[in-house]
Amino acid sequence: MTTAPAPAVGQSLARPRAKRLVTGRGRYTGDIAAKRALQVAFFRSPHPHARIKSIDVSAARALKGVVLVATGADVAKHCKGFAGIHRLFKGMKAAEQWPLAFDRACWQGEPVVAVAAETRAIAEDALDLIEVDWEPLEGLGTPEKAIAGGTVLHESLGDNIGYDGTTASGDVEAALAGAAVVIEDTFRFGRHTGVCLEPRSILAAYDPSDDSLVVHESHQCPAQQQAIFADLMGLPEHRVRVVCPDVGGAFGIKQQLYGDELATCIVSKMTGRPAIFIADRVESFASDIHAREHVVKGQMAFAPDGRILGLTVDDLFAVGAYSNYPRSSIGEASHVAALTGGPYRIPAYRARVRMIYQNKPPVGHYRAVGHPIACAVAEQLLDRGARALGLDPIAVRRINQVPDGTASHKSHSGFMLNGLTVEACLGKLLAGFDMAAFRREQQDARKRGLLLGLGIANFVEFTGTGAPYYGESGAPVTAQESCLARLEPSGHVRCLTGTTDQGQGTDTAVGQAIADAIGVSFDDVEVISGDSAGPVGGGAWASRGASSGIEAAVRAGRALRDEILRLAGLILQRKPEQMMLAGGLLCDAASGAELITLREVATIAHYRQHLLPPGTQPELSMTRSFVPQSQSFITTNGVQLSVVSVDPGLGDVRLLRHRVAHDSGTVINPMLLDEQIRGGVVQGLGAALFEEIHYSEDAVLGTGSLMDYLLPLATEIPDIEVAHLATPDPGTSIGAKGAGEAGTAGAAAAVLNAVNDALAPMGAHISTLPITPERVLAAIAAASSSHDTKPGLQG
Amino acid sequence: MSGPSFDEPEVTIELTVNGATVTRRVSTRRHLSDFLRDDLGLTGTHIGCEHGVCGACTVRYDGEIARSCLILAAQTDGSTVETVEGLSDSGEIEALQQAFLARNALQCGFCTPGMLVTAADLLRSVPKPSRDEVRDAISANYCRCTGYHAIVDAIMAASEKLAVKS
Repeated sequence: MTTAPAPAVGQSLARPRAKRLVTGRGRYTGDIAAKRALQVAFFRSPHPHARIKSIDVSAARALKGVVLVATGADVAKHCKGFAGIHRLFKGMKAAEQWPLAFDRACWQGEPVVAVAAETRAIAEDALDLIEVDWEPLEGLGTPEKAIAGGTVLHESLGDNIGYDGTTASGDVEAALAGAAVVIEDTFRFGRHTGVCLEPRSILAAYDPSDDSLVVHESHQCPAQQQAIFADLMGLPEHRVRVVCPDVGGAFGIKQQLYGDELATCIVSKMTGRPAIFIADRVESFASDIHAREHVVKGQMAFAPDGRILGLTVDDLFAVGAYSNYPRSSIGEASHVAALTGGPYRIPAYRARVRMIYQNKPPVGHYRAVGHPIACAVAEQLLDRGARALGLDPIAVRRINQVPDGTASHKSHSGFMLNGLTVEACLGKLLAGFDMAAFRREQQDARKRGLLLGLGIANFVEFTGTGAPYYGESGAPVTAQESCLARLEPSGHVRCLTGTTDQGQGTDTAVGQAIADAIGVSFDDVEVISGDSAGPVGGGAWASRGASSGIEAAVRAGRALRDEILRLAGLILQRKPEQMMLAGGLLCDAASGAELITLREVATIAHYRQHLLPPGTQPELSMTRSFVPQSQSFITTNGVQLSVVSVDPGLGDVRLLRHRVAHDSGTVINPMLLDEQIRGGVVQGLGAALFEEIHYSEDAVLGTGSLMDYLLPLATEIPDIEVAHLATPDPGTSIGAKGAGEAGTAGAAAAVLNAVNDALAPMGAHISTLPITPERVLAAIAAASSSHDTKPGLQG
Repeated sequence: MSGPSFDEPEVTIELTVNGATVTRRVSTRRHLSDFLRDDLGLTGTHIGCEHGVCGACTVRYDGEIARSCLILAAQTDGSTVETVEGLSDSGEIEALQQAFLARNALQCGFCTPGMLVTAADLLRSVPKPSRDEVRDAISANYCRCTGYHAIVDAIMAASEKLAVKS
């Protein structure tokens, strides 16, 4: 008799793939050798906005070792143009894009000419020999300048506003008029990007003999890329294959089509040789998707007891020169409209969002799309309201929160927010945190001239995107996940999944779920992902792996288990329902007595079918899929707490503590979940204090290296304390919710609130991220000049 | 590939890489990082920024950690270079590797080889570091995935394991 082994789900198992990565045996795109491969480099626009009068590539073509020099017009002969329209957003306008610019460049760094050579060094030498006659045009650096009525970036669109939409509920004007306090402010968010340590990389191999294209690409979504390359290049889709091997960080940066990557595929087609393009760091800053350039006017109206009466949001969202393809660039602003104030009951609401074109690289879907903006605006307005009313900010949160256990709460923005646990998360966050002691410490510190601050930020989160959102968009983006589970002759299981893993641990979680679903040990399951020739899935975006990806795996695993039980029943002449499979052994369901090993069943099913009853057909590969068909998102929530010190003389902010409580649904792997939260938090802390891509008013890039774009370093970041709630999502078998966005969603808002808590006694506040020393000092100076009395620290 | 020369000036270098003597003709402008990856196939050394900031290309060069993207292959003649592959094969960083695995101190893994080489250097000079000393030691190695907490935990765990052994 055997006892069933402990389920794999719920255990902090280490990631099998990591074994390769710690020994230097990772296989990133740039590590893959290809015979006769050409190295591709791009001549990029030095101007934010300029007409191309002529291009002379003759000297570049003549350089020894150069195989191909292709202009925008050359490349365009091999593909269609594309435009990032999302049809769910009525009236959206987007200009057509091409892999390379050919009559006009619209951002500094836009690719203009592709050079393919025997080595990267020669390709870069050739770039210096390219002569372009430019006619510089006005560059639009800010959204305000772009809507001021001057230069229109794309004449066919009429103006620079790609989308203008309003969401409203209740009577917001009455709420503002009848409020005891209305807090109003304009928030500015610095443009930043994901800075994947592995830059964007692609190896494209076109074979003219059968019109096929095999692409290795550092990307999150192989199935989407297959569809795009086939469609835009006019290739038969079943002969286009996209493989995403190890990927060195993605975070949404590697989720869309880039012109230079499509151009690399076309270079391979034009030359009949494999073509490799690996962006360098300057190119990454100048051409990776950016995020978060928002100017948001917000108003929050309060009753005397702190109840929120109304909220307005007006978001100017600057998305760069084009709307991203294929998902469009609207995501952040749409999430701002959907999620601002999401944890609270708000009776009157109006959110206007405008998507603005300007001369910068396109904005895409960086981690926690829009959530950090929504969270920072609402949480800072709420804190300021509490301060104005003389109320405790935590108490004000509590009286406004959506009550826990509300099965389906329709938010003020019209979204169904199901099963929120805002109060439970807040309770978990504050458990063991001595708030009274902190407030005493804060008072004592002030007497010594030190500013301490504490900030809290609630957030609601969209994860596991379902069919409606991209189903309506017109884009080749699937919300359906698929998984194939295959019984090997040895009784081991190989599993191919359409979800992808850039280090999150999705492969491991899939392995844990499918091991339990079949009844084998985790070590006997191998998970393979990242190949568009495998089961079709969305890949990795919007925290979908743990919900949709796992559900497909569970269904495939159960189907394979049922087939194993059927075959074992035929072999043993027993009823399948009287047996169970656990730990790789088939046992009597009632007594637990061992009957036959899975290995024996697998061997018969693969090699000895003559022993089975006549007409028996074993099916040893099972593919199952799952799509959340009607639900746009799985909603969940969390809360973060930040403690900071602010040096009023230097403007320096130090992060002292950071805590998170998050409802991730059922926890599949506690260790991997914690690390998703921590990693997300630290990206949010970067946004809070450090990260900003600087552009001039004319849209000239000022941050081209890691010397001038600051990222969080180990010495600047405290340990991150993480706690979880585990409220199962009712829509899937296991009930996991997404967790990849949560850390980033709330971290910056918590820090903003903490800094403003620290500055409050000086009458100063900050409404711009990142909170740089200059901005802190400017806020203090502004407060002291607007007060008659000298500011003191005696608050 | 050693690559076609295309009239680029070249020099011959002979050095010890992971314990083996290698002799190659290299372009005078070739970086050590490219030499290791493209000429020797040692792709564990990663290239993240090519301007000496991110630390992904960290190797041990004549016994000291160094950024291989800031060193020309031509200047390494007569030197000793150790990469993550060599430190793995020799077993020198096994305790760190096991700790990184057990603690999930890596996600995408791109920073990991440089992080391990740096951590091994710390533990050679400071066998029992404090958390702050660990954070200080890895403060020139960027990690975008973990937020550093798990890396600090793993290096602390490895130092404790090594202390028990010795």
